[in-house]
Amino acid sequence: MTTQEELPGASGTKRFLYVNRRAPYGTIYALESLEVVLIGAAFDQDVSLAFFDDGVYQIVKGQDTKGIGMKNFSPTYRALGDYEVTKLYVEKEALEERGLSPDDLMDITYEDEDDDWAEKPSIRIVSRSEMTEIMAAQDVILSF
Amino acid sequence: MKFGILINEGPYTHQASDSAYQFTKAALEKGHEIYRVFFYHDGVNNGTRLSVPPQDERNIQNNWTELAEQHDLDLVVCVAAAQRRGILDESEAKRAGKDADNIAPGFRISGLGQLIETGIESDRVVAFGD
Repeated sequence: MTTQEELPGASGTKRFLYVNRRAPYGTIYALESLEVVLIGAAFDQDVSLAFFDDGVYQIVKGQDTKGIGMKNFSPTYRALGDYEVTKLYVEKEALEERGLSPDDLMDITYEDEDDDWAEKPSIRIVSRSEMTEIMAAQDVILSF
Repeated sequence: MKFGILINEGPYTHQASDSAYQFTKAALEKGHEIYRVFFYHDGVNNGTRLSVPPQDERNIQNNWTELAEQHDLDLVVCVAAAQRRGILDESEAKRAGKDADNIAPGFRISGLGQLIETGIESDRVVAFGD
């Protein structure tokens, strides 16, 4: 059986994965990665985000940047659902290695138009080996 | 094969732009196509014409400009990243009320959509930078 799942690009769309591996502050990569995601959302591609290494800190809740003079851009992640970016894969081991649990992450949700606009969580906790499978299934991986 | 090139680091501090240049040159020599070279993050700094490296060193911006001339390459600098870092063309400089522009020949400033389009249109996107 050939499905669109097995033939990425067959319908003219590609699978884009944005890989986030760095802490939200300290370097600009996280912020400028998010800018790519928001612009890319207009292109009707199959978009996913991956968070591992220090990238998991990007979506930790309760971020307060007053002391470092930087704009707290973390609320933008919660708006991703409005851009139809609904798959945020977070690596379980990366959380554990940093003493974090899924409860430490922001509530990032989307409204599922195929399910009477039910509100659903966008964050999906996956194991390191599952993450490798997710990455292997992509057409374009942009790692910032 | 049709390659898209993404450069995420500025010149000289990192080898990323040099490696991307060598890769692009080698790919073209092998008969591959380069859909676009996109400069993002500090990579936009590769596109200033005001750098003056010592004469016995490679000139990274010149390398790109010459390669673009020879092969009709599309060198695109991200506008949002460029504005943050002071890389401006004439119209951006005018719009921002600045007294000068500094974009190098062969480079053009455009939006992030050009990066997404590169991903869609290329067989492979190869990213340089750490």
